[in-house]
Amino acid sequence: MASPQPRIGVITYPGSQDDRDALWALAALDAEAVPVWHEERELPDLDAVVLPGGFSYGDHLRCGAIARFSPATAAACELAADGGLVLGICNGFQILCEAGLLPGVLLRNESLRFVCRDVRLTVERDDLPFTARCAQGQSLVIPVKHGDGRWFAPEDAYEELAANGQIVLRYDEPCNGSAHDVAGVCNETGNVMGLMPHPEHAVDPLLGSDDGALLLASLVDAARARAAALA
Amino acid sequence: MTIPLFRATVLVRPKAGILDPQGAAVESALEHLGFSVSGARVGKVVDLEVQGDDEAAARAQVEKMCEQLLANPLMESYEVEIVG
Repeated sequence: MASPQPRIGVITYPGSQDDRDALWALAALDAEAVPVWHEERELPDLDAVVLPGGFSYGDHLRCGAIARFSPATAAACELAADGGLVLGICNGFQILCEAGLLPGVLLRNESLRFVCRDVRLTVERDDLPFTARCAQGQSLVIPVKHGDGRWFAPEDAYEELAANGQIVLRYDEPCNGSAHDVAGVCNETGNVMGLMPHPEHAVDPLLGSDDGALLLASLVDAARARAAALA
Repeated sequence: MTIPLFRATVLVRPKAGILDPQGAAVESALEHLGFSVSGARVGKVVDLEVQGDDEAAARAQVEKMCEQLLANPLMESYEVEIVG
């Protein structure tokens, strides 16, 4: 008998746009996808949670700066502290950086233009809950759509992150002015990851690429393993 | 007895060394207008009123606000001015 479906939450903030795509993609990849409203302080028995793309609370002040204080973000931080899996996509990545769960910050694109296209990425690590279905050095095509995606960390901090293996994905070509073309990073323990590209928009070849499914299916696998371990 | 109210102005600036494309765009627009400018940087101003027993207490409150929300220390510096 197949092990039960892992429960993966997707938080909806005021302004989230990609929450439904994330729910759809996770369900298509055989997870029980659970919508979570931003005012919820408790996550209902989840193995993993996704902070989706779009916007949040108008992104006033800085992207993610207000969402960082929402009850559901606090619950996601607790899940992460407990070893649960947390994935931030685009605005979700910005929120996790503002919350201090992930290193760095996301600034306005160098071009000042909104960038919306498929990009090619290289997987730097294949031993994470988010990349286990990929191979190190593998090239993925996944769309980006953002105005504030320029990842930045001071150079000495970057060196330390690179040495720790916390740089997970890089753009093959400059995309938005990110330091060292970083597209995705993880925390020190590897159970929290954020990326600017949108894997949930690339789970069906009909849409041009299903490479995003490799990342999300890795998350589903890891969530299933966690659920089984805790059962 | 009422607690005094202080008006504060917070200046938030992109840190030196951080690429500021907004500043570059503003500079380029000013050049198009015929101004000879360099080093344009775009930051933010937050005006607010805060209660405090004295100016130092009010300032301490506003500095806390900066650390927790108004500025991101990775990319921004801030300056607090208590204006009365």
